[in-house]
Amino acid sequence: MTTLTNQTPKGLSRLWRNKESRGVIIQIITMAIVFALLAAIGRNVVVNLEAVGKDFSFDFLSWPAAYDIGFSPFIEYTNKSTHLMAGVVGLLNTLLIAFWGCILATLLGFLLGIMRLSSNWLVSRISYVFVEFVRNVPVLIHILAIYAIVVTILPATRQALSLGGDTFFLSNRGFYIPAPIYETGAGWVGIVLLISIALAIGFKRWARRVQDQTGKIYPVFWISLALLIGLPGIALIGTGFPISWDIPELKGFNFQGGMAIKPEFLALWLGLSYYTAAFIAEIVRAGITAVSHGQTEAAHALGLRPNRTLQLIIVPQALRIIVPPLCSQYLNLTKNSSLAIAIGYMDITATLGGISLMQTGKEMETMLIVMGVYLIISLLISSFMNWFNSRIKLTER
Amino acid sequence: MKQKATAVLSAAALLFGAAGTAQAGTLEDVQSRGVLRCVVSTGIAGFAQPDANGVWRGFDVDFCRATAAAVLGDASKMEAVTSTGKTRFTKLNAGEGDVLWRNTTITFSRDVGVKLRFHGVNYYDGQGFMVKKSLGVTSAKQLDGASVCIQTGTTTELNLADYFAANNMKYEPVTIETNDEARQNYESGRCDVYTTDASGLSSTRSALPNPGDHIVLPEIISKEPLGPATRHGDDQWSDIVTWVLNATITAEELGVTMANVDQMKSSKNPEVLRLLGVDGNQGQELGLSQDWAYQIIKQIGNYGEIFERNIGVNTPLGIERGLNALWTKGGLMYSPPFR
Repeated sequence: MTTLTNQTPKGLSRLWRNKESRGVIIQIITMAIVFALLAAIGRNVVVNLEAVGKDFSFDFLSWPAAYDIGFSPFIEYTNKSTHLMAGVVGLLNTLLIAFWGCILATLLGFLLGIMRLSSNWLVSRISYVFVEFVRNVPVLIHILAIYAIVVTILPATRQALSLGGDTFFLSNRGFYIPAPIYETGAGWVGIVLLISIALAIGFKRWARRVQDQTGKIYPVFWISLALLIGLPGIALIGTGFPISWDIPELKGFNFQGGMAIKPEFLALWLGLSYYTAAFIAEIVRAGITAVSHGQTEAAHALGLRPNRTLQLIIVPQALRIIVPPLCSQYLNLTKNSSLAIAIGYMDITATLGGISLMQTGKEMETMLIVMGVYLIISLLISSFMNWFNSRIKLTER
Repeated sequence: MKQKATAVLSAAALLFGAAGTAQAGTLEDVQSRGVLRCVVSTGIAGFAQPDANGVWRGFDVDFCRATAAAVLGDASKMEAVTSTGKTRFTKLNAGEGDVLWRNTTITFSRDVGVKLRFHGVNYYDGQGFMVKKSLGVTSAKQLDGASVCIQTGTTTELNLADYFAANNMKYEPVTIETNDEARQNYESGRCDVYTTDASGLSSTRSALPNPGDHIVLPEIISKEPLGPATRHGDDQWSDIVTWVLNATITAEELGVTMANVDQMKSSKNPEVLRLLGVDGNQGQELGLSQDWAYQIIKQIGNYGEIFERNIGVNTPLGIERGLNALWTKGGLMYSPPFR
């Protein structure tokens, strides 16, 4: 080494010949190219925007939006609200569809995946045909098809299907259901519900500890269920049913009162869910098939009953294979929810990235915000799934 | 989702596109390309729609052809760049189209905020409401609580919000992207009301299976002056579009039609001679050939002919001239003189 460092005139070629320093040099060059490219893009944006006389600024977010949004279940929004608020309404609608979409897709996906593995020929074929049909047609087509079905096949408002003695109504403007009205005393029921959830969790931990120490098994599920239903039930009776129902009623053009599941939400939710469920079904099938059959046989040999075998031996091992690709599916579903605009569901792409863009002419700014929002949502989902994955991963002792 | 994709592409054009698309030289670009690109709608009967052979026809398309006739001498050398209400300005500003002829309302925020240059009005319109006759509604004031279908990215969206707020009424906006989707939603009963410009309502109504079952309510809730637009920063091109429109109006006023344009070349009226390029050098000043306006009238016709051919009383749309009659006949169509 000392002789090499003495040859200073050939410093550069020496750096190049050294494996480590060569790596560093290549990385520096790559970074320089990447930054140069980014700078060129940035410069292009500035020059092009200047050429059409536009300035790059986010001031428009505080301007009044001036347009109405048909679907804002969480926050008060009027046309006097700002573009920022319109974006927030859109964001909440995106999160709503992503949340319910992921839940339904997971349930359906697990169901289809397990059906596919069924020894019953018919059940397994039904799942197979469904999965193959659904995942080979673009998701946009599914969404448009469901929307067309909901809007054209369901009856118009005035001929709405009445279910459950005029309390539920189904029409092409949505599925109307009674909304709960909380009266005085309802708060106590809520508190009791929270307490019973805490009790159920505590009981589960205690039962686990007892099982670890003594091997005695309690029927945790049934006792928890009794806690969760029984205690709030007693509280309800004790406070004299402080919850009444706001029943939808046809007044003028539309139903008033109650809650409504709009056809736009329904079409997007179902379309995204069953499309994603088809992929999840395959992931679940792969995960379960990947657990060696010897595991089942060993469990049986130890005297475990079939459902305990599934619960304690198969599923925990299958989950390790299922969870990472499942995360990708959640990300896909969330990003696909931007197809909402095709049927008029007001997600963030439709409000901030659509109408606000149009009314203010701020293409770059709105698109950057929308991209940033999707990035953040996706990263949050990823980090949650990574946390979940690390929880269930093989614990090596 | 083609529109969506092109919106993203347009944004990408802003990112990667060579600077200069939006600068001077549109005329040279069009002439060297040999074809004029017009931003038009995705399909509104009578205004811009492809016919059975896939050839674009309509009121706005004819003005695009007139521009092509003036600039390239051939009305057929035009290309339709379709756009939704949402993507139209992005497409124009990103340089995908040379000029926008797409029933577009001139407003302050579009002129100043979206950085467009407007060139006069080719159709005076106003926003109206269409409902099914069976609803028994006779006035827009009775629409409290209704579901209203509306096209996203339009001025109608804002007018609607204002109108219902001013009259203390509630409504459910059902926001859709194109005129066709709006019609489907209206037909199926997803909404009670379809609102857009009165011309658009006539157009949509004419395309419904039983136009007689639907009425357009008497209230016109806004001023919607529709006109062509170009990008900021190319004054020569702006002048050309302005005077193409003026030429069609002036021709009607002077009685120059497709049929008599050749005889009119030997007219005694000096303004006719200037218009048709027999006298003066107006074509040269615009950077066009001397017979630019002659080509417009010869190939497309004057304003009245364009109107009657596409949307007038003898077409399925059956629209009266009304505000769009010449100023000499009680309307608002008024062109500055060719002098």
